[in-house]
Amino acid sequence: MSDINLIEAKNLYRYFGETHAVDGVSISVKAGEIYGLVGSDGAGKTTTMRLLVGALLADSGDATICGYDVKKHTEDARAQLGYLSQRFSLYEDLTVLENIRFFAEVRGLKPNEWYPRSMEILEFVGLANFASRRAGQLSGGMKQKLGLASALVTRPRVLLLDEPTTGVDPVTRQDFWQLLIQITSAPLNPSPLPAGEGQRGEGEVAVLISTPYMDEAARCNRVGFMRHGKIIAEGTPSQLRSRLTDRVIELRGSPLKLLRQVAHRDSDVEDVRAFGDRLHLRVREGKADLVASRLPSAIRSEGGEVDDLRIIPAVLEDVFIELSEQAYE
Amino acid sequence: MTLRLASIVRKEFIQILRDPRTLIMTLIIPIMQLFLLGYAATTDIKNIPIAVWDQSRSPQSRALLDAFRSANYFTIAYEVGSQQDIQTLIEDGRVRAALIIPPDYSLRLAEGDAQVSVILDGSDATSGSTALSASQLIGQSYSTKIMTETASRLGRGSGITPPIQFLTQVWYNPDLASAYFMIPGVIGMILYVITTMLTATTIVRERERGTIEQLIVTPIRSWELVVGKVLPYVVLGFFDTFEVLILGHWWFGVPVRGSLALVLESSGLLLLSSLGIGLFASTIANTQQEAMLVVWMTLLPSIFLSGFFFPLEAMPPFLQAVAYMIPLRYYLIIIRSLLIKGVGLAAIQTEFMTLAVFGLVIMGAAAVRFRKRLD
Repeated sequence: MSDINLIEAKNLYRYFGETHAVDGVSISVKAGEIYGLVGSDGAGKTTTMRLLVGALLADSGDATICGYDVKKHTEDARAQLGYLSQRFSLYEDLTVLENIRFFAEVRGLKPNEWYPRSMEILEFVGLANFASRRAGQLSGGMKQKLGLASALVTRPRVLLLDEPTTGVDPVTRQDFWQLLIQITSAPLNPSPLPAGEGQRGEGEVAVLISTPYMDEAARCNRVGFMRHGKIIAEGTPSQLRSRLTDRVIELRGSPLKLLRQVAHRDSDVEDVRAFGDRLHLRVREGKADLVASRLPSAIRSEGGEVDDLRIIPAVLEDVFIELSEQAYE
Repeated sequence: MTLRLASIVRKEFIQILRDPRTLIMTLIIPIMQLFLLGYAATTDIKNIPIAVWDQSRSPQSRALLDAFRSANYFTIAYEVGSQQDIQTLIEDGRVRAALIIPPDYSLRLAEGDAQVSVILDGSDATSGSTALSASQLIGQSYSTKIMTETASRLGRGSGITPPIQFLTQVWYNPDLASAYFMIPGVIGMILYVITTMLTATTIVRERERGTIEQLIVTPIRSWELVVGKVLPYVVLGFFDTFEVLILGHWWFGVPVRGSLALVLESSGLLLLSSLGIGLFASTIANTQQEAMLVVWMTLLPSIFLSGFFFPLEAMPPFLQAVAYMIPLRYYLIIIRSLLIKGVGLAAIQTEFMTLAVFGLVIMGAAAVRFRKRLD
């Protein structure tokens, strides 16, 4: 990772009437970094992305892409970025190759460059065999890969991906992330994206991705949690998880319904959630040992059984639930 | 032409060729409209069905009927025997007019003061007024003929002629065929309507399908997007112009007396306006339906106030003033003069310049309003 911030947002504000869609967001993403923007629907992720690409104008605040001010040098900034919007936004009546060619050409690839480059990128995302198929006839996952391919075709230094894997099957999601990781670690050998001859696109890529999936958030270098237009927590996944060190108890036993009731009654338990056949209890700071010692007897006294109870490291999902509830208060 | 512009144009052409709706609209609809308007919108009224109640049944009354028959304006569809029959036929719409010859027709004709009555269905003003003037004309010329005949029989020779004779000459369109008036109008209307609608929907479609978001984020300049989107429709517009011009000439016999280059140049100027209006509509609308609505709100008044159907001179001053704001009006004056009269640029330069100014202003306004942004 280098120290240059390829994506830089400072105090972005954007209101839609009374709604504070983006309410003072600052983000910086360095080359080689994948920054994940997470949060529920309506948290302001898409609007933030649109402000960064200049599709919407910010009410105030500044954004720069590779050092180009998005407001003043809009097209220079856009020349540096690949963007995949939440909705599939390629032409369904054009073929895969025609789509790629169009976006390659309008983003500045020369007539003798677009074809080898397009085939290379289609090969990379696994769509080379579908080059002459109409985009409208691709499956959802293939469409997203095509979207990624046309975002990547000019070797942009900045990638903005707005929920690229929403509604995509798990296998394709895995593929998609493998591609992303290869892109950001481009200088490795053999390189999946050989750098062009002295053109832009050399060097590492900065990725800003929004996602509703916690397993995807965990793959990012850094994560920002958005709620009501604000980033209310930011850090590496492990930094975020450390917010809840010694505060999550995993409980297994039966019947689950009784376990849940008893846990809820404990005044030091803030939240109870089922994870499959287990419960995750979030407890007040410093109270984990106390709860862990008194809970089994309370359950047994009501006829329940405890198979396993232990204090565990938090997963990101625990953190986000905690953060969401915090934001409500 | 920049590379980006060329890419947009090529992409747009691919999409047009793969979209049956657009193809039908540009290739088939103009032909349909041409034939529909060339035939249906004709104001040449011939063979008006008429009922006759001949109470005289004399050689003289039959001679009068022959005069009606031979004039081509009327077809004697029914011979009836009562006023009641006439009323029924007119109410049913089986005849548009009726001719009543009184029993004493031949007697009074000999005395020189015969009367016949013509009843007209005025509910359709156009055919009614044609029938009115036609029957008056036939009646007058027939009575003049009788006067002359009587005079010569009385030995006064053929010296009796009406004191004034109007020698009318109709220039450019001696038969007063309305196709000569309509077809050039159809060219203008098709060019105007189709290009406006197609442009309005082409950009809105990008918005509707979400592809605009991806376009916005490319470094395409606004003007490149506008020109690239509009250029293919200019080509289609000119294609339509030729299509209608050739068919109008070949099938309806409309002459092309003026310079073809001038026809194309002024069509180009009209396209500036129509594409501008379409582009403008697409900056307002979010869906294709909305765009269509906006377009039709401007197209309908444009068509009615352009002088396409109704002569502008017949409109009240207020509407005439409004009509000055309509680009199609100037084009229709130009194209009719060019095709039918065969005039040169000098005769139409005012309209030509006005059309150019309109085109530049509308296109300019639309291009300024057009933003590469979502809001």
